[in-house]
Amino acid sequence: MNTSSTAQYSALGSRAPSAITIAILAMGGEGGGVLADWIVDLAEHSGFFAQKTSVPGVAQRTGSTIYYCEIFPENAAQAAGKEPVLALSPVLGELDVVIASELMECGRAIQRGLVTPDRTTLIASTHRVYSMSERTDLADGRVDASQFIEAGTAAARSFVRTDFAHIAHDTGSVISAPLFGALAATGALPFSREQFEDAVRRGGVGVDSSLAAFAIGFDAAVAPARKPTGAPPADPSVGARMRPAAARVKSAFPAESHAIVLAGVLRLGDYQDEQYAAEYLDKLDNIRDLDTEFGKGDFFLLNETARHLALWMSYEDAIRVADLKIRRARFERVHDEVQARADQLVRISEFLHPRIDEIADILPAPLGRWLLRPGLVKRVVERLTRNGRIVETTSLSGFLQLYLIASLRPLRRRALRFGRERALMQSWLAEVARVASEDYALACEIAMCPRLLKGYGDTHARGSRNFAAVMGAICALRMRPNAAEGLRRLTDAALADDTGEKLTFALGAIS
Amino acid sequence: MAERSFKKEVQKLYLGDGAEFRGEGILAVTKALLQSGVSYIAGYQGAPISHLMDVLADSSDILDELGVHFEQSASEATAAATLAASVNYPLRGAVTFKSTVGTNVASDALANLASGGVTGGALIIVGEDYGDGSSIMQERSHAFAMKSQMWLLDPRPNLPSIVRAVEQSFELSEASNTPVMLELRIRACHVHGRFVAKDNVRPTFTLKDAMEKPVRDVSRIVLPPASFLHEQEKIHTRWPAAQRFIEARGLNEFFAEQSQDFGIILQGGMYNTISRSLELLGLSTPFGESRVPLLVLNVTYPLCDADIRRFCSGKRGVLVVEEGQPNFIEQSLHALLHEADVPSKIHGKDMLPMAGEYTAPTMIQGVLKFVMRYAPHLIDDLRLPAAARTAPTRPLAMLPVTSASLTSQIHPRPPSFCTGCPERPIFTAMKLVERELGVHHVSCDIGCHLFSILPPFNIGATTMGYGLGWAGAAAFNTKETSRRTISIMGDGGFWHNGLTSGVGNAVFNKTDSVLIVVDNSYTAATGGQDILSSAATVPARTTKLSIANAVRGVGVKWVRSVTRTYDVAKMRDTLKEALTTKSRGPKVIVAQGECALNRERRERPLVARRAKEGKRVVRERFGVDADTCTGDHSCIRLSGCPSLTIKDNPDPLRTDPVATVLDSCIGCGLCGEVAHAAVLCPSFYRSDVITNPSAIERLHARVRRAVISLVHRRIDRRLASILG
Ligand code: SF4
Repeated sequence: MNTSSTAQYSALGSRAPSAITIAILAMGGEGGGVLADWIVDLAEHSGFFAQKTSVPGVAQRTGSTIYYCEIFPENAAQAAGKEPVLALSPVLGELDVVIASELMECGRAIQRGLVTPDRTTLIASTHRVYSMSERTDLADGRVDASQFIEAGTAAARSFVRTDFAHIAHDTGSVISAPLFGALAATGALPFSREQFEDAVRRGGVGVDSSLAAFAIGFDAAVAPARKPTGAPPADPSVGARMRPAAARVKSAFPAESHAIVLAGVLRLGDYQDEQYAAEYLDKLDNIRDLDTEFGKGDFFLLNETARHLALWMSYEDAIRVADLKIRRARFERVHDEVQARADQLVRISEFLHPRIDEIADILPAPLGRWLLRPGLVKRVVERLTRNGRIVETTSLSGFLQLYLIASLRPLRRRALRFGRERALMQSWLAEVARVASEDYALACEIAMCPRLLKGYGDTHARGSRNFAAVMGAICALRMRPNAAEGLRRLTDAALADDTGEKLTFALGAIS
Repeated sequence: MAERSFKKEVQKLYLGDGAEFRGEGILAVTKALLQSGVSYIAGYQGAPISHLMDVLADSSDILDELGVHFEQSASEATAAATLAASVNYPLRGAVTFKSTVGTNVASDALANLASGGVTGGALIIVGEDYGDGSSIMQERSHAFAMKSQMWLLDPRPNLPSIVRAVEQSFELSEASNTPVMLELRIRACHVHGRFVAKDNVRPTFTLKDAMEKPVRDVSRIVLPPASFLHEQEKIHTRWPAAQRFIEARGLNEFFAEQSQDFGIILQGGMYNTISRSLELLGLSTPFGESRVPLLVLNVTYPLCDADIRRFCSGKRGVLVVEEGQPNFIEQSLHALLHEADVPSKIHGKDMLPMAGEYTAPTMIQGVLKFVMRYAPHLIDDLRLPAAARTAPTRPLAMLPVTSASLTSQIHPRPPSFCTGCPERPIFTAMKLVERELGVHHVSCDIGCHLFSILPPFNIGATTMGYGLGWAGAAAFNTKETSRRTISIMGDGGFWHNGLTSGVGNAVFNKTDSVLIVVDNSYTAATGGQDILSSAATVPARTTKLSIANAVRGVGVKWVRSVTRTYDVAKMRDTLKEALTTKSRGPKVIVAQGECALNRERRERPLVARRAKEGKRVVRERFGVDADTCTGDHSCIRLSGCPSLTIKDNPDPLRTDPVATVLDSCIGCGLCGEVAHAAVLCPSFYRSDVITNPSAIERLHARVRRAVISLVHRRIDRRLASILG
């Protein structure tokens, strides 16, 4: 027997039926277990052996986890007179079906080698559940998810993908249901649609919504939804008072900058008035000219300056916050978000914590300074503002309070903070302009530095400190080659943690 | 009340002779216990054996019918000591826990039990938490079996084999007067399969019989001179008896014994993976018709000399497939074959990795290496499976898309606190205190709260075992500094042993440090089982006891309770006080908040019903205004709630994503409390949706709406003049 040829045996091996293997990558508490249960139930009611394992453990608590199923035809077992031996864990390269309930989990399946072009049907939901590090980033730490789709297309025999979470949400179901529908549609398992649906029915919970979601998932897999062909975004509508400014944007600024400068103009008209928007354009005139002369024709410097200048000029003070909180559109947005029916009431409560500085900020400058002078008044106000306040915007008193604060808008130009911000803004703008003629790339980086100015209260104070430190380093940077890259490294360091450790280190490396 | 309801599973325990049982491995074990005429079952919950405990907790009817006593033990030590009932009486008993951690705790009792030996069958079912999905240190239960000379079964991971192993364990235990351990790996515990059931058996000799006619035998008690006698008995009587039983009853299995002059000896638990590996290498079929001789050790300790000699004789080489380390079996085989003058060459850790789980790719490569050495002609190079062609650690090498950048885009996604978890705010408060008072040494414990060591909190330096949070800080007790340490302990660990090992110890040694007891009403991490301080009324158990009183009872003077952990400011201030107060001595903060997972599961259907009945119901959830959010994400760094995430910035001028609250928010309130306590930003709001509001409420709302919409019209006019 030792001498029996390999060829003979292999031929025998290829005739033998083998198990159909299915891996489900999901996150704990998401219902991947339900999907696995349906598959087992489906198989067992359709003349198959089914084995399923998982290693839930604490991964039930939102961590990523794998459910693994194998199914095997009972008639083949009868013919052989033996029961199959099924495996308890997926073997890379040996999977018929891989289902990922989220896009990064799909990437994980591919990375682990579970998806191969010779046999794997890959089904993935294209929605994202952001990882902790993506969420906690001080700016934008999101990964490039399109890579997962490219990798899936390259790695799988066939790749069915759509936003299954969206289908689940729309049908009031869980993501397992549309995924199960898509699985049925792929034909990767030897069962009919009716058999699939019966398994859902036997499951017994939320049958109707599950079946509805199943059907949509099924259709989505058969005829993948076309991406809406990207119609160019329509020009924003412009009110009567802003038309002159808008016209000036069109006539005096390059087409590459229209979108962003117009957005800035509207923002500032909304924030203050048309006069303020005109000032904005005045400030940009110089940058535009510099960019025309020294830029590469894409008006990057102008665009970034326009973006950050508009944001800076519309800094978030109490007036602005109150103004945004009381708008009709905002009320409607919250209603939509909580999906309130007409017969339900919705109350909205704000979590505000105005401190003495923020109060002084919106007062006329002399008054604001007086308030901040050490003394009895300061102490009393500090005491009164020590705790945060909950203001119900949907109540009359709450609404009118906020409305009152929002109505201080006309006084803003004389407010304490207004003067402060204007001075800082101007020196930044001057720096951009000064550098633009000598080192265009560096000027672009300087233009983007205000991205460090974020948040409120302590967060904003931290941002301002970092901004000042980074701006202060420009002189030293200009003595070295590649100053732009150096500045970029500094701003990245400032956004790397909120303790300032990395920035201190990076600054130390320069001086 | 456990996290999952097992009503359906309980029905399966009633199945009689010939009926087919379909379900999870660990539930099959439960059924097998009843089929074996067990008199009592005890244990301590923990993955992967929690479901055994949970299903029995739900099946008092059938247990009463059969006269079986079931107990949720206070600890694994308690569970193991429970087996004392089988020392003097012909009572079959079984206990279960997670291993090796539970076995560590139980080993005092187990060693005493094993020394004196047993009369009735004593079975210890250990859930071997090793490899993928494990949450504990990577060790082997095998060592415990060896050191106390208990027998260790490691059956093939399919339901009929597992059930048979349970039944055989009792018989082996009785035949050799030795407790038997049955080891089930994680996947085997959770495997779904089927077996043909038998009738349940009511024990002929019952607990009542024992209690009414007590017997004692001083020679069974571990005290000299009996203890010396026990050691002799183990070697000269019990061991040979066990080996005889194993051989005679064919507990180990031989497959294709004579087919080659080489073969594989494997732990039963490895069988399915070996079988699949051989199949993929063209050396077996889907039905396990191996062309390589296999000796499956369903009993891995003791080794049955006769079986080994029989298998190895005439074989040039033998591969031992033994997961984990040290490689006890392989080492014993060397000695055994040497003594028996069998010249087979033993392979094992030279072809398979010394440490780590034996996944299929690892196994395929090991087996391939082995077969290539002894019979290369059996391998068809052209038909090797993908897994054989690549290093198991680098699966990317074989992929059509070999992209290192893809790997960098895939973040680890470890488990973390659930949406609305009441434990999260405790760590938020700790972060805030850290900002004010600087960093403190933090000693952690076992439980959900250990997720604090991961982002976004990054809190905690060590964890020394269940209930040992405060004990882990015992050394930091010096008058040379006024900086105190902080220790964490869950309510589960507290009742398990922390009350004595931590609190009692701190009082006795006059520790000047702080303990936070996280009281969430359950042993939440193991699936939400009840404990002494559970808030629920459980007829069969005593609950609702106060942790604060218990702590005072052992002598702690400085005790504070925070009854709502979501109150971050209160939590922060209490902790600050504990760290800065002049009063020296042990300080305990009991931080209370019911496990959100369990609370939601209980409350949600009730709320839905009330709403349907026309009663007034308020649903709270939080939201973030995208237009005031500046995208700094401080709020997420202080919370980490899965429902608090990010989305594209709708503002054309901004690029960084804004914070957003998902539909899954349960309105625990933490978001608002954090915004206040950390003075974050004005973007958070709470929305209350009121179903079936009262008539007065509706009237009020109408008036308000009328006034507000007047103002809205004014605002809208201005906005229209600007934004069109
Ligand atoms: S309020 Fe915040 S922390 Fe609480 S459940 Fe909602 S999103 Fe999570």
